Amino acid sequence: MSTLLEMSGVSVSFDGFKAINNLSFQIAEPEMRAIIGPNGAGKTTFMDIITGKTKPDEGRVIFGEKSVSLLGMSESKIAKVGVGRKFQKPTVFEAQTVRENFALALKNPRGPFEVLRHRKSKRGAERIEAMAEQVGLTEELPRLAGELSHGQKQWLEIGMLLAQSPRLLLVDEPAAGMTPAEREKTTDILVNAAKTHAVVVVEHDMEFVRRLNCKVTVLNEGSVLAEGSLDHVTQNPDVIDVYLGR
Amino acid sequence: MSQTFITRHPSTLWVLAFLGLFTLLVSVFSEASGVGLISTSFVKTLGKTLCLCLIAIAMDVVWGYCGILSLGHFAFFGIGGYAIGMWLMYARTEAIVTHSLSASVIPPTEVEITDAIGNQIFGVVGSSDFPMIWAFAHSLPLQLLMILLIPGLLALVFGWLAFRSRVTGVYLSILTQAMTLALALYLFQNDSGLRGNNGLSGLQNIPGFEETSQAQISIAFFWASSAALALGYLLFAWVTAGKMGSVIRAIRDDEARVRFLGYHVESYKLFVFTLTAVVSGIAGALYYPQAGIINPAEIAPIASIYLAVWVAIGGRGKLYGAVIGAVFVSLLSSYFTGGSAPDINLGFYVIKWTDWWLVLLGLSFVAVTLLFPGGIASLFDKLTRKS
Repeated sequence: MSTLLEMSGVSVSFDGFKAINNLSFQIAEPEMRAIIGPNGAGKTTFMDIITGKTKPDEGRVIFGEKSVSLLGMSESKIAKVGVGRKFQKPTVFEAQTVRENFALALKNPRGPFEVLRHRKSKRGAERIEAMAEQVGLTEELPRLAGELSHGQKQWLEIGMLLAQSPRLLLVDEPAAGMTPAEREKTTDILVNAAKTHAVVVVEHDMEFVRRLNCKVTVLNEGSVLAEGSLDHVTQNPDVIDVYLGR
Repeated sequence: MSQTFITRHPSTLWVLAFLGLFTLLVSVFSEASGVGLISTSFVKTLGKTLCLCLIAIAMDVVWGYCGILSLGHFAFFGIGGYAIGMWLMYARTEAIVTHSLSASVIPPTEVEITDAIGNQIFGVVGSSDFPMIWAFAHSLPLQLLMILLIPGLLALVFGWLAFRSRVTGVYLSILTQAMTLALALYLFQNDSGLRGNNGLSGLQNIPGFEETSQAQISIAFFWASSAALALGYLLFAWVTAGKMGSVIRAIRDDEARVRFLGYHVESYKLFVFTLTAVVSGIAGALYYPQAGIINPAEIAPIASIYLAVWVAIGGRGKLYGAVIGAVFVSLLSSYFTGGSAPDINLGFYVIKWTDWWLVLLGLSFVAVTLLFPGGIASLFDKLTRKS
């Protein structure tokens, strides 16, 4: 287990409001990490910084063995380096089939002229089948993504994330709006992915986090409040104060 | 490969077969063949319509597939027209001038000939000097190259600046309108070097073919337009099929998500914008020799808006939809504005179609957008799905 991503001393403010305040964070590969925290704790901004959507005012974000800095890279470049992101709201391409959605995500050259010359390959098709099986959407491959249920869309998006072959997966509220059975399946998919990848899950739902059975980082007001096992952090008086005190 | 491509995209085969049959029928019944059921001027109208279909499919790719509502593609069309027009005008004037000067006792010098050509072309704007932009007008191959290069480069630079700063949606549309407007205003100036509001004229006379009848020239251009449309259709069908099509439709639907998948969205937009601009330039270069005249009013912003209306009425996101829209609306438009449509007398008011056509077009645009977002093409789809 070696450190894959390291953030140190990162701060960002919007119009004077400090969304992230001197945040430091590390994750190894493979590892599963849950991030919890009240609304406005900076969870989404945290992901925005890693994926290049938001540029921090100060601090470092370094990635991989060669310790490349992610700051100053474009979103598409960061994605190519190996960071995949699943948004809170499922965003799949509804006008295209599930298969096409997977094909878009597959790790292949991303330039327009390379894509223009792209031929469907047997290997690609096998990869798609494998991904679809992993998230349980084999039957749905020829269907339009817009016809899927909410839970299926979430799995499709996680599957697309895996198809990108990233090293770090950022997953924002994967279980939101799911039935208990769907949640269970989502847990399985994520736990499975975390055997080979670094996975960061942002989640509100404590029960879901408990099932992930992993190290937990509690964010509050833009910095780390506590870190450790779920039982450990929930006994931390500061955490109790933030979560239950008001 | 093309075999499998066609079998996977049967609509392409249908459109091409229909286009071939149409070209054949028009040729057989034209004045050039001796039958004369279709007048030469109507052959020209049909040929021009094919060019409009070509720019319409380009518009459909950039808007219907890639989601960039460009309201400036007619600028590229006009530039293509000007580029070919410059050669046509220069070469024809040169032939006339050399002919008239050859009667004089002392053979004219090269400078005298150039001056005389300059006088003929630019006399109307009170000048006789050749501006810089006419540097290649004497050479057909170079001027043909300009048809591709100028729209391509303009689109590349404009697109690079606009997409790089992530201008999207309505702001981008406004920017493209501004580009067309700026170009039209520039061309309207007498010292633009392109004869101001007079534009370029006499383009229907092809140098070297003075003896050929207009009937035959019109058929030749009709064929050329038909071939260009066929090739353009194949090109765009190929681009929008497969993975490229998948990526650009994904950009249309959720550009940020595509970015997080690792695609450099701006490069794709630039590719589509530039490619369609070049095709629009080619369409314009084939259109204006059939129209005979080009002036800056052709590039006015409204022309590009019409283009969007055709595509919307025909059906966005389907190439044949754009073709249907361009044919349907442009032919109807020339019917209603040509004065051949009968006026409707309501007793208290007479509806003159020349005035009311735009209202009708506007209403049908609103109706299509609200009631049939898929355009006329969606009706086709319904019919074929039932059978």
